[in-house]
Amino acid sequence: MPSIGHSIPRREGRAKVTGRARYVDDLALPGMLFGTTVRSPVPRGRIRRIEYGAGVPWPEFTIVSARDIPGVNHVALITDDQPWLADGQVNHAEEPILLLAHPDRELVEHARRQITVHVDPLPPVLTIEDSLARREIIWGDDNLFKAFEVKRGDVDAGFAGADVIVEGEYETGAQEQLYIEPNGMLALADAVEGVTVWGSLQCPYYVHRALVELFALPGDKVRVVQMETGGGFGGKEEYPSILAGHAALLAWKSGRPVKMIYDRAEDMAATTKRHPSRTRHRTGVTSDGRLTAMDIDYVIDGGAYCTLSPVVLSRGTIHAAGPYSCPNVRIRGRAVATNVPPHGAFRGFGAPQSLFALERHMDRVAAAIGLAPDEFRRRNFIRTGDTSAVGQVMRESIDVAALLDRALDASDYHARRAAFAAIPAGARVRKGIGLAAFMHGAGFTGSGEDHLASVAAVEATADGRVRILTSNTEIGQGTNTIFTQIASDALALSPDLVEIVQPDTSLVPNSGPTVASRTCMVVGKLVESAALGIRRTLEGAGLLGESYSAADFERACAEYVRRRGPLRATARYHPPEGVRWDDERYEGDAYGTYAWAVYVAEVSVDTATFEVHVDDFVAVQEIGKVIHPVLAAGQIEGGVAQGIGWALSEEVVWRDGRMANAQMTNYIIPTALDVPTIRVFFEERPYAHGPAGAKGIGELPMDGPAPAIVNAVAQATGADLRRIPLTPERLMEALDEERVGVLHP
Amino acid sequence: MSDPVQVRCRVNGTSMVLSGHPMARLLDVLREQLHLTGTREGCGEGECGACAVLVDGRLVNSCLFPLLHAEGTAITTIEGLEQGGRLHPVQEAFVAHGGAQCGICTPGMVLAAVALLAERPNPTADDIRVALAGNLCRCTGYIRIFESIVRAAQAQAGPA
Repeated sequence: MPSIGHSIPRREGRAKVTGRARYVDDLALPGMLFGTTVRSPVPRGRIRRIEYGAGVPWPEFTIVSARDIPGVNHVALITDDQPWLADGQVNHAEEPILLLAHPDRELVEHARRQITVHVDPLPPVLTIEDSLARREIIWGDDNLFKAFEVKRGDVDAGFAGADVIVEGEYETGAQEQLYIEPNGMLALADAVEGVTVWGSLQCPYYVHRALVELFALPGDKVRVVQMETGGGFGGKEEYPSILAGHAALLAWKSGRPVKMIYDRAEDMAATTKRHPSRTRHRTGVTSDGRLTAMDIDYVIDGGAYCTLSPVVLSRGTIHAAGPYSCPNVRIRGRAVATNVPPHGAFRGFGAPQSLFALERHMDRVAAAIGLAPDEFRRRNFIRTGDTSAVGQVMRESIDVAALLDRALDASDYHARRAAFAAIPAGARVRKGIGLAAFMHGAGFTGSGEDHLASVAAVEATADGRVRILTSNTEIGQGTNTIFTQIASDALALSPDLVEIVQPDTSLVPNSGPTVASRTCMVVGKLVESAALGIRRTLEGAGLLGESYSAADFERACAEYVRRRGPLRATARYHPPEGVRWDDERYEGDAYGTYAWAVYVAEVSVDTATFEVHVDDFVAVQEIGKVIHPVLAAGQIEGGVAQGIGWALSEEVVWRDGRMANAQMTNYIIPTALDVPTIRVFFEERPYAHGPAGAKGIGELPMDGPAPAIVNAVAQATGADLRRIPLTPERLMEALDEERVGVLHP
Repeated sequence: MSDPVQVRCRVNGTSMVLSGHPMARLLDVLREQLHLTGTREGCGEGECGACAVLVDGRLVNSCLFPLLHAEGTAITTIEGLEQGGRLHPVQEAFVAHGGAQCGICTPGMVLAAVALLAERPNPTADDIRVALAGNLCRCTGYIRIFESIVRAAQAQAGPA
C-alpha cells in the first residue's frame, strides 16, 4: 500500500518522546573544554586594548584571537566580508573578538566577564534611513549589499491610465527565530586528523565549506555531523558555520575537544534575525478595480555584514508584487548595511516582509475605490498563462480565486465582516476579519538550484534494507519521514525497510542546504529518482520482476550484492525542461513552481488595553500533492503561530545597536493560550517535477498571517496600521493619532 | 561557598542519594550526574519549560529548582515514563498525532500533559491550554499537541 498521502508515524518520533534523541549538548568527550566568546560592547569602533582582569588563572585558559586563524579570516558565504574574529575594527555590537576555553564551565563564564575590551567608538549607522542617507559609509562605497530593479511595461503610462493612485509606506521589525534549542557545537581538531564538528545545524555542507577555508584543509579532512536539531527556521542556516569555526579554533589550539553551547541571552543577542524592512507602494488602479501600475520600493536592513542578504532581498523583491497580474510594474529592491548584528535567514526569507506591505496596501487600495478586499483581489489575481513582474510565464495551473472562495466559505467571511461592521463604535471589544492572498516560490531563487546541482543517493543492502543518503536535515519539519515515504513508495516497499543515514559529510553526498522550501520538492524528487534507480538496476540485472514482495526484493538485493558488490543509485538535479532564468537581466522563471494561499484571520481588539487576540484562523493553500497530511498541517500551524508572533508581540527592542530584550521573559512568542484554532485546508494540484507531485511548503505559512491579522485589526478599529509588530503600545499610539485626526482634521 | 549537601530522593522510581552544591540546578544534576539528558535546557530562566520534570507529581522547571529542595521527593523525568518498553499513552499519542516536531520541547510537554491528565482525566480545551501555558513550542503552533493530549485522554479512558 502506498504511504504517500497517509500519516505514517514520525520516524524519529519515539526517540523524541522518550528523551533518547541526542542533541549536541547531550554529547561529552573525555578531556572536553567549554568554550565561550568575548564580544564587542559597542556597535562600531576600533579596538584599542584588551584588558585581562585580576583573579583569573589565565595561563590555564586557551585563548584564540584573529592572529590564531590558520586559513583566511572571513566566513565563506556570499561575500568575503565577515571575519571569524574581529581584527582591529568592530562593526556591530556582540561581534566576536576573542574565544576562551577551560575545563570548568563556570570558570570560563566568570573569566569572560573579567575581560574588558576597550574600543574607540566610531559613529554607528543603526537604521535603514541612516544607511540610505550615507552620512557614514560603513560598507563598500554606498552601504548597499545588493540592489535589484524589476521593470515590466511602462509604470508612468500605467499611472497616467489610473483613476486612483494610492501610496503607502509599511514597516516590519526584526524577528528572532527562537528555536527552543540554542545554537551549539562540539569540535575536535588537530593538524593530522583534521577537523570534526557535531552540531545543531541545517546545512552540513555550508559548515564544511566554511571550515575548509578557515583551516586551509582539503575537504576530506573536515567532517560535519548534524545532531538532532531542536528547531532552525533559518536561524541554523548560516550561523552554525561561525560557531563551528569558533569551537574548532579552540580545539585546534588546545588539542582538546571543545564544546560551545550558547545560553539563551547570547543566542538571542548575537545570532541572526529576520531582516527589518521598509516598503513604499504607489499603485494605480481603475475605478472598476483593475491594477494599472505598481511601483514598489523595498528595502531591508542587512546588519553589519552581507551574509545572505542578497538572496533574501531577491526572494523578497520577486514576491513583492504578490499573486497579481499587472501590466506595468517597477520594483526596486535594496539591502543596506547597518551596525547591528547581521540579519539572516528566517522562514520566508524576505517574502513575508514584502508580502506584508503588499497585502496591507491592497486593503487600502480596495477601500480607496470602494471595493471589498476580496473582490478587489479577485479582479487582479494572476492566472495560468499570465506573466509575472520578472517575466515568468505561469505555465502551471493556478486558481487563486478557488482558494479565495474556499477561504471565504470556511471563515464565513462576508457574514462575519458585516456583523463586525455593525458593532457599535463605543464598544470596548471590537472585532474584525481580514485576509491575505499570497504565494511562495519553492526551491532556490533563479538559477540557484542549477548552481547547487544537488546529489542524493539511495543504497540497498544485502538484507533488503534501503538507506537514503542526503545532506538534508531533520529539524522538526519531517524530512526523515517524507523521504522514507517517497523512497518506500518508489520501491513499493514498507516504510519500515527504509533507513535515513544521519547527515555526516563523510558519508552523505551534497544534496544542498535544508532551506528555501526545497527539501521535499527538489531533494525529495532526487530521492525518488535514486530509489527508482535501485529498482531499475535490479530489474536490468534480471533479479526483480514488475511486481514483487519484500522477500523477493531482499533476495534480489542479496544476489546483486553477491555478484556485483554494493548497490547504490544516485540522482543529480537538472532543471525541468523549459525552466530558464537569466541572472544578468534578472528575468525569467524565478521558481520552478509556487505554492498559493489565501489566509483569513478573525480578531478581537480590547480598546481599553489595546490587546489583540486572534480568535479564528483559516489557512487555505495549494501545495501540490500532500505527502503526509499530519506533518503538512503541522508545518502550516507552526508557521501561522510564528506569523501571529511576528504580527503582534515579537518585538526586538534595540538600544545602541544591541538587543535589549534578549530573554524569553520579555521577547514574547505565542504560548498555548495565544494561538487560535487554526483550520488548515489543502488543495492538491500535482506538480510534474515534484516527488509524487509535491511542491514546497515550509516557508509559505509565514507569509500570510501578519497582513491578514493587521487587516482584521484595521477593520476592527478603523485605524490605518502600517507597522508590525502591532504591540498594544503601537496600537494605542495609532488609535490616539486617529482620535487626534478626528478632533483636528 | 557552601559545602556539598547529600540529598535523598527517588528518581524514576529508584531511591538515590544526590550530592552537590545546595543551590545546584536540578537540571544540571539530572543531566550531568545521572545522564538523564532527556531534560533539556531551553532558556535557563524558567520561561520555556523544556527542562520541566515532575516533582511529587507536580510540574516544575528544573532550571529553577535547587538540589536542596529535592530532599525526600519523588522525581519523574521523561526517561521514567516508559514501562517495560511500552510508551506511556501520552507518548504514544504525541508520536501518532504530530505532537512532536523538533523534539526539544517534547519531554517537558509530555510531562505537562501527564500531570494534567493525572489531575483531570477528561480535560477541556481550556484546561489543556492552561496546563501547557508554561511550555513553549516554536514548531507546532500547539494545535497537534492539543490533539495529542485529547487522544491520550481518550486512550486512557479505554474503549468507549
